[in-house]
Amino acid sequence: MSTILTVEGVTAGYGDATVLFDVSCTVAAGEIVAVVGANGAGKTTLLSAIAGLVPARAGRITFRGEDITGRPAHWRPGHGLALVAEGGRLFPFMTVEENLLLGAYAPRGRAILKERLEEVMAVFPILRERREQAAGKLSGGERQMVAIARALMCRPDLLMLDEPSVGLSPLMVGRVFEIVERLARRDGLTVILVEQNVTEALAVADRAYVLDHGHITRAGAAAVLRGEREIQEAYMGV
Amino acid sequence: MADLANILAVGILLGGTYALVSVGLNLIFGVIRVVNFAQGEFVMLGMYGAYAAYAVLGLDPAVALLVVLPALFVLGAALQRLVLARLRTEPTMQIFATFGLLMLIENAVLAATRGTAYSVPSAVAQASLSVGGVQVGASRLLALAAATLAAAGLGLFLRRTMLGRAIRAVAQDSAAARLMGVDVERIYWLTFGIGTALAGLAGCLLAPIYSLSPQIGTSFILPAFAVVVLGGLGSVLGAYVGGFIVGLTEAFAGYYLDPALKHAVLFAVFIGVLIVRPSGLFGQVGAEEVGLREQS
Ligand SMILES: Nc1ncnc2c1ncn2[C@@H]1O[C@H](COP(=O)(O)OP(=O)(O)OP(=O)(O)O)[C@@H](O)[C@H]1O
Ligand SMILES: [Mg+2]
Repeated sequence: MSTILTVEGVTAGYGDATVLFDVSCTVAAGEIVAVVGANGAGKTTLLSAIAGLVPARAGRITFRGEDITGRPAHWRPGHGLALVAEGGRLFPFMTVEENLLLGAYAPRGRAILKERLEEVMAVFPILRERREQAAGKLSGGERQMVAIARALMCRPDLLMLDEPSVGLSPLMVGRVFEIVERLARRDGLTVILVEQNVTEALAVADRAYVLDHGHITRAGAAAVLRGEREIQEAYMGV
Repeated sequence: MADLANILAVGILLGGTYALVSVGLNLIFGVIRVVNFAQGEFVMLGMYGAYAAYAVLGLDPAVALLVVLPALFVLGAALQRLVLARLRTEPTMQIFATFGLLMLIENAVLAATRGTAYSVPSAVAQASLSVGGVQVGASRLLALAAATLAAAGLGLFLRRTMLGRAIRAVAQDSAAARLMGVDVERIYWLTFGIGTALAGLAGCLLAPIYSLSPQIGTSFILPAFAVVVLGGLGSVLGAYVGGFIVGLTEAFAGYYLDPALKHAVLFAVFIGVLIVRPSGLFGQVGAEEVGLREQS
């Protein structure tokens, strides 16, 4: 399988604080890669660095063979790299439809706007019902659906999800994971999944990285990590 | 009865003027989160622009718009890129910077004109109409119409176009807007340019009504702050409606109490509203544009 994303020796942080230390990881096209770790380990910061929201102080990020380290955040969605941020980050005073339209802001999305809108509504039928509703008034599960649908509007090659299951009912968590799995297995989407819900995440992922205090401490096949005693004790509440 | 009709007319026409000045101020605040103290100076520059177009080219202010608006758009966009953008990480300093711009522009114009008071004649504006027995100045009427058109046009632009939606998205959550592919810095200078051009529009239309002086900007910025706070920070509709509230308050206070007290009454109402409804009378509407999220 071809590599779609490479993170090499990335160091990043906020102000004087360094959060990520020399982090390296790779993602192959079509796979689901989970990133797990405790609160404050730096998972969100890693996704933010890949998305260009937090600058990498050292290291290199390569996407589809191109060095994108210095590219601004707004360059990425138009070139196939999308992030669903923690909590979904919908525009609360806009309708569901307006949120989706903004997902297609980049030329890549505008070109396929009409058909794409129909496609994502087929994946998430609830969006059609909620079309005119203000995004700020949605339930947590609906909000997460809209956020994922919005990120899909530009038909990304790589979708990054930051804790999509947080605050959802067990039923909704199942729904979200099911959809993520379907997008990857059926539509060939590549996914990076950051999760606190480690058991579920390792169940759908092909591979996983463990992030601890800004360092990658463990990497491997999800099925293998799932069986390891240390991982189970530290992250799966066993 | 005739008195009441007169006061209403004065208040509404004055309100139209304030609305015109405030819409741009509120747009800039809503999107960039900058309290732009220099907004009144852009009105002043619009007036002097109208004067220059008249003196040099013999243009009527209503025609001078075609030159003055683009010029102020470029000035605003340039100021955002060259000055405010560099202070992005220091929001408080941005406020001081706009205050610095206020002083700079005012004094530059003072030096350039040596304090001469100009007035701009306008064929369109000299006329006055009689509406139901009330005399209405054509310039004020024009300002009212322009304010209405500008607010409606801006509202449509913000709601119906992709660029307009991007501007609202930046106002609500700028980091999320970046994730949609929106170049936030570009949206900032576009917005500042639009806000500045709106002030220029006000300046052109008001030039025939006022005697021009370099200090005149200050007399617009104070009511404009009252307007945006009353109407709801960040809301275009709020600024429009707020303009009329302020205009009517001034007109009624000036007539029934004492003309000298009208600004005191206005700001008493202003502080009263702030205490009772910190989000402004149209708080909901305001929030609709601004959003409630932390910016990052
Ligand atoms: N905007 C910020 N400014 C300063 N420090 C931050 C910022 N965001 C995160 N941090 C700090 O960086 C560290 C890593 O945070 P990060 O959000 O990446 O962790 P996380 O693994 O995503 O945690 P969680 O599971 O709670 O979401 C934490 O110590 C946090 O306090
Ligand atoms: Mg996080």
